[in-house]
Amino acid sequence: MLKLLRTALFFSVFLTTAAQGQVVTGTLTDEENEPIIGGLIRIANTTAGTATNLDGNYVLNLLKEGESVLEFSLLGYAKETRTVTVAKGQTVSVNVVMKTSVSDLSEFVVVGYGSTEKKDITGSVVSINSKDFNQGSVNTPEQLILGKAAGVQVTPNGGSPGSGSTIRIRGGSSLNASNDPLIVIDGVPISNDAIGGSPNPLSLINPNDIENMTILKDASAAAIYGSRASNGVIIITTKKGIQGSKFRVGLNSVNSVSTVAKYADVFTADELRAYIATRDTTALSLLGTSNTDWQKEIYQTAISTDNNLVFSGGLKRLPYRVSLGYLNQNGLLRKDNLERQTANISLSPKFLKDHLTFEINQKSTLSNSFFANQGAVGAAVAFDPTQPVKTDGPRYGGYFEWESGPIPNPLSVRNPVALIEQRQDISTVSRHIGNIQADYKFHFLPELRANLNLGYDIANSRGSITVEDSAAAAYSAQNTGSFNQYEQYRRNKLMEFYLNYRKDIKSIRSVVDVIAGYSYQDWYFESPNFRTVDGQGDTIVGTQAPAFPLSNSQNTLISGYARLNYTFNQKYLFTFTVREDGSSRFAKDQRWGLFPSAAFAWRIAEEKLFKKMKHLSDLKLRLGYGITGQQDVGANFNFLPLYTQGENSASYQFGNNFYYTLRPNVYDPDFRWESTTTYNGGIDYSFYEGRINGSLDVYYKKTTDLIAEINIPAGINFGSRVLTNVGSIENRGIEFVINTVPVVRKNLEWSVGFNATANRNNILALDRFDTPTDLGTETGGIAGNVGSFIQINSVGFPVNTFFVFEQRYDAAGKPIESGELITPNNPDYNGDGVVNAEDRYKDTDAYVDRNNDLIINNQDRYRSNNSAPQLIIGFNTSVTYKKWTFSLLARGNFGQYVYNNFQSNTGVEDAIITPQGNINNGSVNAQESGFSGRQLQSDYYIRKASFVRFDNINIGYNFGEIGSKISSLRIFATIQNAFIITKYEGIDPEIFNGIDNNIYPRPRIFSLGVNIQL
Amino acid sequence: MKRSIIFSLLTFVFLISSCLKDLDREPLNLQTSIAVYKDPANYIHVLAKLYAGLAVTGQTGPAGNPDISTAIVDEGFSSYLRMLWNLQELPTDEAKCRWTDTGIPDLNKWIWSDGNQWIRGGFVRFLYQVTSCNEFIKQTDDKLLDERGFGDEDKAKIRIYRAEARFLKALSLFHAMDIFGNVPDITDENKFPGTEFPVQMNRITLFNYIESELLAIESSLSPRSAQEYGRATQGAAQTLLAKLYLNSQVYTGTDRYTDVITYCEKVINGGGYSLESKYTNLFRADNNMSNEMIFAISSDGSRTLSYGSTTFLINGSGFPTTVVAATGDTTAGSSYPSLTLRDTTGSTAGWQGLIGAKELIRQFPDSGQDSRFQFVTGLRLPDILAIPNTPLKQGYIVKKFRNLTSQNVFGGNASFADTDFPLFRLADVYLMYAEANLRGGGGNSGQALTYFNALRERAYGNSSHNAAGISLDDILSERSRELYWEAHRRTDLIRFGKFTGGSYVWTWKGNDAAGTSTAEYLNLYPLPASELTANPNLTQNPGY
Repeated sequence: MLKLLRTALFFSVFLTTAAQGQVVTGTLTDEENEPIIGGLIRIANTTAGTATNLDGNYVLNLLKEGESVLEFSLLGYAKETRTVTVAKGQTVSVNVVMKTSVSDLSEFVVVGYGSTEKKDITGSVVSINSKDFNQGSVNTPEQLILGKAAGVQVTPNGGSPGSGSTIRIRGGSSLNASNDPLIVIDGVPISNDAIGGSPNPLSLINPNDIENMTILKDASAAAIYGSRASNGVIIITTKKGIQGSKFRVGLNSVNSVSTVAKYADVFTADELRAYIATRDTTALSLLGTSNTDWQKEIYQTAISTDNNLVFSGGLKRLPYRVSLGYLNQNGLLRKDNLERQTANISLSPKFLKDHLTFEINQKSTLSNSFFANQGAVGAAVAFDPTQPVKTDGPRYGGYFEWESGPIPNPLSVRNPVALIEQRQDISTVSRHIGNIQADYKFHFLPELRANLNLGYDIANSRGSITVEDSAAAAYSAQNTGSFNQYEQYRRNKLMEFYLNYRKDIKSIRSVVDVIAGYSYQDWYFESPNFRTVDGQGDTIVGTQAPAFPLSNSQNTLISGYARLNYTFNQKYLFTFTVREDGSSRFAKDQRWGLFPSAAFAWRIAEEKLFKKMKHLSDLKLRLGYGITGQQDVGANFNFLPLYTQGENSASYQFGNNFYYTLRPNVYDPDFRWESTTTYNGGIDYSFYEGRINGSLDVYYKKTTDLIAEINIPAGINFGSRVLTNVGSIENRGIEFVINTVPVVRKNLEWSVGFNATANRNNILALDRFDTPTDLGTETGGIAGNVGSFIQINSVGFPVNTFFVFEQRYDAAGKPIESGELITPNNPDYNGDGVVNAEDRYKDTDAYVDRNNDLIINNQDRYRSNNSAPQLIIGFNTSVTYKKWTFSLLARGNFGQYVYNNFQSNTGVEDAIITPQGNINNGSVNAQESGFSGRQLQSDYYIRKASFVRFDNINIGYNFGEIGSKISSLRIFATIQNAFIITKYEGIDPEIFNGIDNNIYPRPRIFSLGVNIQL
Repeated sequence: MKRSIIFSLLTFVFLISSCLKDLDREPLNLQTSIAVYKDPANYIHVLAKLYAGLAVTGQTGPAGNPDISTAIVDEGFSSYLRMLWNLQELPTDEAKCRWTDTGIPDLNKWIWSDGNQWIRGGFVRFLYQVTSCNEFIKQTDDKLLDERGFGDEDKAKIRIYRAEARFLKALSLFHAMDIFGNVPDITDENKFPGTEFPVQMNRITLFNYIESELLAIESSLSPRSAQEYGRATQGAAQTLLAKLYLNSQVYTGTDRYTDVITYCEKVINGGGYSLESKYTNLFRADNNMSNEMIFAISSDGSRTLSYGSTTFLINGSGFPTTVVAATGDTTAGSSYPSLTLRDTTGSTAGWQGLIGAKELIRQFPDSGQDSRFQFVTGLRLPDILAIPNTPLKQGYIVKKFRNLTSQNVFGGNASFADTDFPLFRLADVYLMYAEANLRGGGGNSGQALTYFNALRERAYGNSSHNAAGISLDDILSERSRELYWEAHRRTDLIRFGKFTGGSYVWTWKGNDAAGTSTAEYLNLYPLPASELTANPNLTQNPGY
């Protein structure tokens, strides 16, 4: 049915013709009398309009005779309004000089189900346009706004191609549920679920097609998205064609070189020989004679290219934009590669004298990845540098490997180069996001409009991992290597409908804007289960076909929502929203959640007293309150008593038969929404026509009915822990933004922006009842041994607080290790009258015995710092001088701590001179700490990790028009991740969750770009 | 055009009303409990899970989809047997573990606390078994079977399944009682799983409950002759009763040695069991063929996979040949290092963890002759001087369990064992009989000596080392020689008053390399802190 409807609509595009009649023409120029290209001219209160051409000229057909109000706008300029009177068939000329504006209060900002003028916003919203995006080699959307918005922390996940970032808006409001914000692309809320074979779901969106990213931070802004808005909402709007504009072709090409910014600090071959000589001379015989720098062997200087071709224009009433993108990105790790082809089509046809408008978007991506074996990152820092890469021996493809008899030593590190070279991990992912949005303004009541949005997000992936039969990593007696494959299909369907009524009731100086809507969204996932086969594709003897040929799951969200905006006297603004969400993830009587919000804003600058203040352009006070929810918990049927059938590998033998098992799963029949209450207070300010502007926000968020996995008393359920609603956490914070334009001259403009965010989070409750003895829940697993955690969530402390032993130090400042000989001067420690090997440090010498029971165990650990930064700052500045532009972005995190797991795991004698009879490399910290065994839970490894990173330095030159063919040519050069100022010793202090363990280094990227408009 | 819009609106209203039912989604790959119990063919699969709960750690072998959350304990660690074994063996004079993984050094060194992951994991695993059994017992009530309209044949089968589930429940409650003492009362299957917090029950109440359950099902279970291998029989219930009575003095303060004799006799005389002729065959990949096995935890290298069970004991004892011995070690027909790791243990995985304490080796003064002496000595040093981070050559390697058949054929999988773990076997019953007789439980003292000597004759291959008379201390030593590393040691030492206190000390007892006296409260492990915070009705064991 819908297909038929769509076809009908497409046809009508070609049947509609433009009306002839009244015409307004003119030229838009800036203050320096330069023509303004792409300036928008709109008939007020309609969507009809046009844009200026390359000479700044425009022609606008008017439907109406007599008086019309025209609005002239362009980003970066103050909006102008003109009233024209045009008689039937007449042509009138209106020329407008546009003034530069730093903060355009009349700029439209999308707020979810519609948009509003910036001056009318009541919530905490940041909108960033493409002109302010980070430049250079930017391959995932969130990196466009890295460091640009207060309260939005974007932490890159590492250096592999397309690996994306972790985004946190105002801290995390959940413990176990997702803390990722909701992302809405052109009206389609997309799934944050990982797609197998794709490094990151957002990496399938081409950043070049994005026009604007708007972040709804507080509940009053985000509550219209109800149960998915607890962690904020990011609304992405893609670029569109402009009505009436000429056919244009644009080409954008960025070519970059990535280099390793910093290597992990491990011993060189000679340093290792020296270290071993001081620790255990018998181990010297195990050393080889080579000098291999394994990190240099696995990393490369990576070259990448990103090219985009854009066609756009406005065929009468059919603005269109088509873009094709091709990205080929190489990773620092050899063989790591992402190839991405994107095609975007956007059409915005208008019908019925502009009463009916459509917006049709189709974004398709095809990505091919080759994933280098990231195990090589850890192997390279641990592999013995005195051994050669290759021995050209008969086994393992000639690579050097540690052996145990005739087979590879099962417990030792594998050759890092072999790990990369002998493994093929490839995937192909396609993703299609599309929607058709119809907006109809009723003929009999133009204040009322209906909007229908049908959308989908479909992803398909398949991939395989093949390990060569000669590889030590896939050793088996049969020498068959290994082969694994996977396939996934995700589908997300959306249907939304809303009615909007907006009326300016001049008589009572009121503007009323009401919206009411309905939304249906459904997610389906399936993945076939493949039989295990060996590297030759043959079935492995003894293995069975999988119990289920297909894994799949489905969940549905149905919602109703409404919003009322009421403005009185252009000064007092009220917003009320409510959304009711029903999710199939909860039992029938827990299914529905109601999420209301209210906000008030007072445009103080409009008050008489302030209007007299010459330099005050705007001053607005905002107060907001709202409740949002969370249902993104991963589990779809946590509320149902279900039995899981066991795999054949976990069956049990009775007599001579094996029986598969049926296991009852843990469940919570009362499972329900998590809800977050947010209070927000803010001030927006603007002075000197916006040359100084910014905002200050304070907020408090409290999440109750936290979806948390907690221990359950033995016996009352199937399992040891259940995902249920218990406990509460809070986040409080302050955000400050200031943007200034200190210099605006004819040929020179200089702007400076700064933002700062401080967020504190605290766990208020974790248990169903008051248990002061509860230590909390350990979290943050670390490498080094099984079952070790370094962080804890406990009441009264921030999430992920480090939970460690307090290290003691000797007089020389060296950390003490239990069981080590006491040095210097070997005192007679045990008092037996002789100084001998028995005089060693005890456990209580190494760690502080906090409960004074003379034994050191779990009860002696204490809560140290936590990994979240106390203060996050972003600084950006740009200078435009004639045709030159220069910009710089710096970001800083302060008061954050990192657990150096790389040092604690590899920087000890036992890790280097291993029990399995070979030598490893390790952190040079081994020398400094002098530890022989791993002291994993010592606070010695908790390090301060504040930093300032100069993340983006860009210089560009705009040639402008060249000849008659090229209307614009711009070239630029960028350095990303240029340098970092920090005292932290590891590769990178910026690690989400604060556990530093073999991270894929973030590259330093040098890029050259060119942008041509024809 | 207008018609299209109106039409789409109508379609839309229709869609809204029909969409709400989409919120009633049901899983596509899983079954609800109602669906499971509708079909009589499913029951044996639920029962299989109750048994598998002793062997595997989740629904995918060797790891994946775990029963116990990895936030409680790492899945590979969470196997029933691995928990039981570590708690029963690591603090004793039989075994130590070199690994530094959180909680392991604490068991070796006697510095465990209520946060220890093995204590937490053991507690949770034992009681998880009880909860799973409870659900099955509740669902197999005769009334429910009638309601489901099952035929007599199905019902008869399911009744036996039910008795087996009650045995498995009693077994896990026995382990919980032995190790933790005062545990939450989740014995009532009609209440648990449920919504109430369980109250605490003391050891005596639990003892009485276990006894009454075992007595009640003794005759409902199949005799060994009528049951397939792997499932609980009357003999298994009788052995567990004998074990319960043997330790009654510890659990309740009252001795029940006469009952020990009664139940040992039932097993020995009526069970149809006989001693395996060769001791080492009891711990090989084909030990399911043994007539001595009363109740075993099954393991299979391709179908029943976990990192617990005998795989843990075999791979845990695998060491690189370079640290095993420099010259040939001729014990038990093996020679090093000309053989590979696989030839030693039957497995290619060497986890380099489990080692024997020197006190265990000293139980064998005539090592060359006793076939139960299954150790690798060679270059190895008897003293374990450091924990954790024990040097690689310290401590003897135990090669009692192997993934090799009695014919020295490798198990089917190079890194996962086919070997079953003998939880109860006839030799143990012989020694229980002898001990109960010595402790005044009646029976025949001549018979006791015969049983005792039967084990020695098997060990030495002839009667040259037979005893003329036996004392209680002889029994304790013989149990160690015969049953070492079979997860009995802590219980045995407690029954003999030697686990805590200073009358007997060994390597690392009391956090001292040479061993020192320990406090009596350590006879019980603490209830895990996580359980105390989850259940307000519980009080910690005294001393912790």
